Amino acid sequence: MILSSTIKRILTQLRHDPRTIALIIVVPTLLITLIYFMYDEQPAVFDRIALTMLGVFPFIVMFLITSIAMLRERTTGTLERLFTTPVGKLDLLFGYGVAFGLAAAAQATVAAGFAYWVLDMTTAGSLSLVILIAVANAVLGVALGLLCSAFARTEFQAVQFMPLVVAPQLLLCGLFVPRAAMAGWLQAISDVLPMSYSVEALTEVGANAEPTGIMWRDLAVVVGAVVVALTLGAATLRRRTP
Amino acid sequence: MDTAIEVTDLVVKRGKRVVLDGFSCVIPRGSVTGLLGPSGSGKTTLMRAIVGVQVVESGGVTVLGHPAGSTPLRRKIGYLTQAPSVYADLTVRENTRYFASLYRLKAAVADEAIAAVGLTGAAGQLVADLSGGQRSRASLACAIVGRPEVLVLDEPTVGQDPVLRDELWDHFRRLAADGTTVLVSSHVMDEANRCDRLLLIREGALIADDTPAGVKHAAGADDLDQAFLQLIKRQAVAA
Repeated sequence: MILSSTIKRILTQLRHDPRTIALIIVVPTLLITLIYFMYDEQPAVFDRIALTMLGVFPFIVMFLITSIAMLRERTTGTLERLFTTPVGKLDLLFGYGVAFGLAAAAQATVAAGFAYWVLDMTTAGSLSLVILIAVANAVLGVALGLLCSAFARTEFQAVQFMPLVVAPQLLLCGLFVPRAAMAGWLQAISDVLPMSYSVEALTEVGANAEPTGIMWRDLAVVVGAVVVALTLGAATLRRRTP
Repeated sequence: MDTAIEVTDLVVKRGKRVVLDGFSCVIPRGSVTGLLGPSGSGKTTLMRAIVGVQVVESGGVTVLGHPAGSTPLRRKIGYLTQAPSVYADLTVRENTRYFASLYRLKAAVADEAIAAVGLTGAAGQLVADLSGGQRSRASLACAIVGRPEVLVLDEPTVGQDPVLRDELWDHFRRLAADGTTVLVSSHVMDEANRCDRLLLIREGALIADDTPAGVKHAAGADDLDQAFLQLIKRQAVAA
């Protein structure tokens, strides 16, 4: 009951902000269209990059939205007040996870549908798996955003966490240089970054008609990373503050 | 006297500053108690300790027989922070209904709380679009919506017009008459006269704990402003 009304509250906040909704839904689609025209003559390259981006965009957007939203809860005093009510930490964490996860699902569906049907992106595996992995990635962004908001005092600082958290994962996920071709120490870093697994999972869907064991393992790693980030995030939510 | 809140030897540091240094007081059930003192005297810190969101150094706070901040109290306490802590991107009604739902209460209860703070006409407006006074009343609606047994209000009447302030005080008095324990902080001395008891706090120390008449009598002054000035001077001489 508290969880469902918290989800509803967060979605209502989002509903009152049509510009943000438009940005969430339209921006990934626009960027994928841009990639489409960049690789006009190379459909195979477009397929690979667009597929990866379908996983990356929801992660970035949800990371940003969540870290700012949670920071607002902390700085406006609503978090302090909520902690004097029967709200549990998990109600809040899952409230944000589910609410923004739903927004991410809408985003991923629109972007992936557009890529498939308008831009002729092709994958051997099914569209629904692409969306599933994209949503898992978005929820990872939510979880890391909740965690990082604890280390930011202002919205200025919060947005600075974005390049710190996103850029290394994007650079080392295998999109620019195949992971196997990286120096050993770079590979080692890449191995502990969750986005490497979601990109690998998407690549598996791109290359195989049926879901593969590697894909399921990668998805499990991403979900595991979500659980770890949420647990750490819960530890940063303190009822009592100095 | 039935006790609602008991604070014993409370020590609170914020940063390097000792805000409350061995503070003790007792607040009776079903009363309106005014917490008065200059800015920076420790009022907000004391209130935060009572609602259980303040890290304390030592000492104890008991509310309705439970340690402050413990789970059973979270259904029984209402807290109004000094800065309005409501969601600016929700309407008054959406805010109040959300807080009602945390106590498993229906939407109708939320509408009653909105009416009690005189915001029925603005219920459908986004909090971001309200005036400062309306915002703090929206915040107040969320504090009273759970019908708490203990209501802790940090400066609830700042920025309100006199008629509304009067209505709000009537409301606090009614709540107390129904058994609610109300703790209100304020700067405004004429409001202090409407309290059953007053706690005067200065630099983290309690310098008076009495009825308004008792405070005036002890200080030998006719009005509370003068009374507090006298008490502070006396304390300074004693120190």
